[in-house]
Amino acid sequence: MASKFVAFTSLGRRALPNQWDVIALSLIFGIFVLIVHASRGMVLPLPPPDTAPISLDYSYLPYYALRTTMRMFLALAASLLFTLTYATIAAKSRRAEVVLIPMLDVLQSVPILGFLSFTVTFFLGLFPGSVLGAECAAIFAIFTSQAWNMAFSFYQSLRTVPSDLAEVSEGFRLSPWQKFWQLETPFAVPALIYNMMMSMSGGWFFVVAAEAITVGDTTIKLPGIGSYLAVAIDQRRLDAVLAAVLTVLIVILLYDQLIFRPIVTWADKFRVELSASQSTSSSWVLGLLQRTVWVRRAFSPIEAAFEWFTSLRIDLPRIGGGKGESPTASRVIDVVWVVAIALLAFYAAWQTISFVSSSLSWHDLLETMGLTLITMLRVIVLLALASLVWVPIAVWIGLRPAVAERVQPAAQFLAAFPANVLFPIAVIGILAFHLDPDIWLSALIIFGTQWYIVFNVIAGASAFPNDLREVSANFRITGWAWWRNVILPGIFPYYVTGALTASGGSWNAAIVAEYVKWGNDKVAAHGIGAYIAKATEAGDFPRIVLGVAVMSVFVILYNRLLWRPLFGYAERRLRIG
Amino acid sequence: MLDEATGPLLEVRHVSQRYKGGQDDDAPAVLDDLSTTLSGGEIVGLLGRSGCGKSTLLRIVSGLIHPSSGEVVYRGAPIKGPADGIAMVFQSFALFPWLSVLENVELGLKALRVPADEARRRSLAAIDLIGLDGYESAYPKELSGGMRQRVGFARAVVTHPNILLMDEPFSALDVLTAETLRSDLIDLWCEGRLPIKTILMVTHNIEEAVLMCDRILVLSSHPGRIASEIRVTLPHPRNRLDPEFRQLVDNIYALMTRRPTSKQPGKEGAFPGTGIGMVLPRVSTNSLAGLVEEVAAPPYNGKADLPHLADSLQLEIDELFPIAETLQLLRFAELEEGDIKLTSAGRRFADAEVDARKKLFGDHLLACVPLAARIKRVLDERPSHHAPASRFREELEDYMSEDYAEKTLRAAINWGRYGELYAYDEDAQAFSLENPA
Repeated sequence: MASKFVAFTSLGRRALPNQWDVIALSLIFGIFVLIVHASRGMVLPLPPPDTAPISLDYSYLPYYALRTTMRMFLALAASLLFTLTYATIAAKSRRAEVVLIPMLDVLQSVPILGFLSFTVTFFLGLFPGSVLGAECAAIFAIFTSQAWNMAFSFYQSLRTVPSDLAEVSEGFRLSPWQKFWQLETPFAVPALIYNMMMSMSGGWFFVVAAEAITVGDTTIKLPGIGSYLAVAIDQRRLDAVLAAVLTVLIVILLYDQLIFRPIVTWADKFRVELSASQSTSSSWVLGLLQRTVWVRRAFSPIEAAFEWFTSLRIDLPRIGGGKGESPTASRVIDVVWVVAIALLAFYAAWQTISFVSSSLSWHDLLETMGLTLITMLRVIVLLALASLVWVPIAVWIGLRPAVAERVQPAAQFLAAFPANVLFPIAVIGILAFHLDPDIWLSALIIFGTQWYIVFNVIAGASAFPNDLREVSANFRITGWAWWRNVILPGIFPYYVTGALTASGGSWNAAIVAEYVKWGNDKVAAHGIGAYIAKATEAGDFPRIVLGVAVMSVFVILYNRLLWRPLFGYAERRLRIG
Repeated sequence: MLDEATGPLLEVRHVSQRYKGGQDDDAPAVLDDLSTTLSGGEIVGLLGRSGCGKSTLLRIVSGLIHPSSGEVVYRGAPIKGPADGIAMVFQSFALFPWLSVLENVELGLKALRVPADEARRRSLAAIDLIGLDGYESAYPKELSGGMRQRVGFARAVVTHPNILLMDEPFSALDVLTAETLRSDLIDLWCEGRLPIKTILMVTHNIEEAVLMCDRILVLSSHPGRIASEIRVTLPHPRNRLDPEFRQLVDNIYALMTRRPTSKQPGKEGAFPGTGIGMVLPRVSTNSLAGLVEEVAAPPYNGKADLPHLADSLQLEIDELFPIAETLQLLRFAELEEGDIKLTSAGRRFADAEVDARKKLFGDHLLACVPLAARIKRVLDERPSHHAPASRFREELEDYMSEDYAEKTLRAAINWGRYGELYAYDEDAQAFSLENPA
């Protein structure tokens, strides 16, 4: 099972970030600074004249939901395109790989809202006076919440294509293009689909933030659920918030049933396990489609066109490390390549530092580091609390198949539900009871992500081998000894997957959760999330760059030093079967 | 059936293959200066132990890998990559799980841009020929192993190759299924119904080679060379109980257990490499003890015929030989002319109780396996009596590939644990002298 927010390329014992991570980090932030520079040069965009105000009338909700869903699927299509190219280049070219994969690693650690701040002005400037720029910015923001884990999954699939199938393809002299469509992509499909579903739920979280865009004094609200919610919050309309929540719920259920379920069931046939598998998924929609003659007939030209497209004998240019190179030439190119990348990274780092230091001092750096530590403490403490509460409950559920069958879909649904739409309600509570935001806003960080722990642990407990349960019953292992020696090691790999996902999601949620508004009331906790959110609101780019960069570095270190060793340990020692 | 006048169909000329990464000439060779020819109308078997490079040779012939030196000439031109007219059948079947039987068979033709209706016609004919009629729309995961391998055959045959390469095509199947497939294939071959000129098959099963092949190339291991070439002139269908058949099998056993005639000092037994650089097989101490007991007991009473032993224990030579050779390395047994004979130490081992056995095993391990002796000495010398595994792994990697180093180290760990020479902590990846109290 994969994790949404964090993926590790290797589980080797060496976990410390290396020079490639530093290079990737400076390249990415160099690009951010470049974008900021570029958009400064552009004319500050005028507010597009034709934006209709968002109405809180319930009857607009279906239309807004449609617009939002459209945006999400457009972003998903963009993510797919990105995945098929970026991951493929990374997997095929040794030289590209050393840069692209660490960059992906950094990108998945950048808090998603960070991207929004950098790119909004840029996109608005691209299409001055038109709502298209805002649309592009929103879609891009959603894209950044979907693309990285899909690319990682595709990259990993490409690296693990079964060697015998690769040999067959080569023996039949499939061109790289044909091999890509006949072997590599089909092989990657199951993992990719799973990650697309995870990406969709990640996307919902940020739709809310991406649709209502503020630049300087102008606010653009694209028609959609996110804007509806933003307006509802502004006007303190609790009923409208609840209506939006209900709409999101219905939309998620609909596309799950109508789109993802059929695709998942269909994708089952791409699993490479040559035994009749205990097929778990079923879909009434797919069954309907497959049994209806006219639907099949309507699809057949599309199928034929796709087949024609994929069996073209396009000979893609061999990217890097071709067979024709002599070893010396190859080594020379390697050196030139590394030097060029290092210089570029150095330049990017210098640009970033000079941009940030033009208005900020060491004191700001220390401040952001302190704030990041506070947020990290929050994430760790809440993860521990959630684990303490949920692991025993989830184990209890998982060991009872009848209960698990009912609870599991609910837990998965809750994980997919964008928890931030409920945050305003928490603010009402905090304001009403005069609670300490530093403590009570923290709870929001884990609110949406704890479900990853729940459903992973349930899955682990359900998969726990029956013979081991019988053995422990037979030897009367009970109480703490049972937890310590039997079930906790048994579910540990699943728990780590769940907790890793929850932790990645929590970091992202921190930006939204540490700074929450209700009408004109603002509640903020101390932390890097609130720092970035405030800087974004003020349009203070040096502060955004600094905050996002410091947070990214912390997240990378935290993942590498804490989670990767745990993950590797779980895979090596505790994976059953 | 074919035009034999035009000379050999395929020629392997001085092919050598070295471990990847080993660029210098002293990197261990997998294949060493190997030459042979294939002409039409014959089934040629490549017989050898695991690790002798027979699969590597097959992949070189197919053009999937390039030899470090030498070349393969097919119809007058050197092979530069996968060639037209050479098709392969895989041990693991290598079917695309998302394609139906028909689509799997059509795949090769589609890649060659054969028009759709012709591809369909030829695929159906091949499916028919191989006995898969009625399974066209099934997916591989619905089929049994035997049926899957039939798809593998149909997929190879449909392209009408001149040369059919088979990489242990029956070794993943159960005994009965394998036998059916072998006889079906031989029947088709003898009746001339296969659109194929020559078959080159890799196997580690001596009886299979004698049953099917017209010519058997026996490869020696480390480095892979052709140890001998045997013509089999028995008419098809061949009978395994035929005395001539048995004699051939016995002869090949003797050939394969012959001691290497190497004069290198310090070269012991059948394993490649010398001293600490010797590649050790992963053989469980239970198997070792089991074989000693089996040979010591009646009816063998200390000396057994290997083909007979393999038959009665239901072991493939790939399983039996490493066990027997490990016993030879540890001086518990001698291998000669297809026989295994226990030494006096081997007899003592067979009679001893558990603790005495472990003591004896540990002593022999120290004396006969340089790596075990090295680990023990390092641990003795260090004041902490601790040593990380990486220290030995890196040393091994000077002599052999990473995979072999890992396997060798694992063997040393397991044997050392049994002989109670040292302990190994998996979490810390370290050797030590202490046993948990």
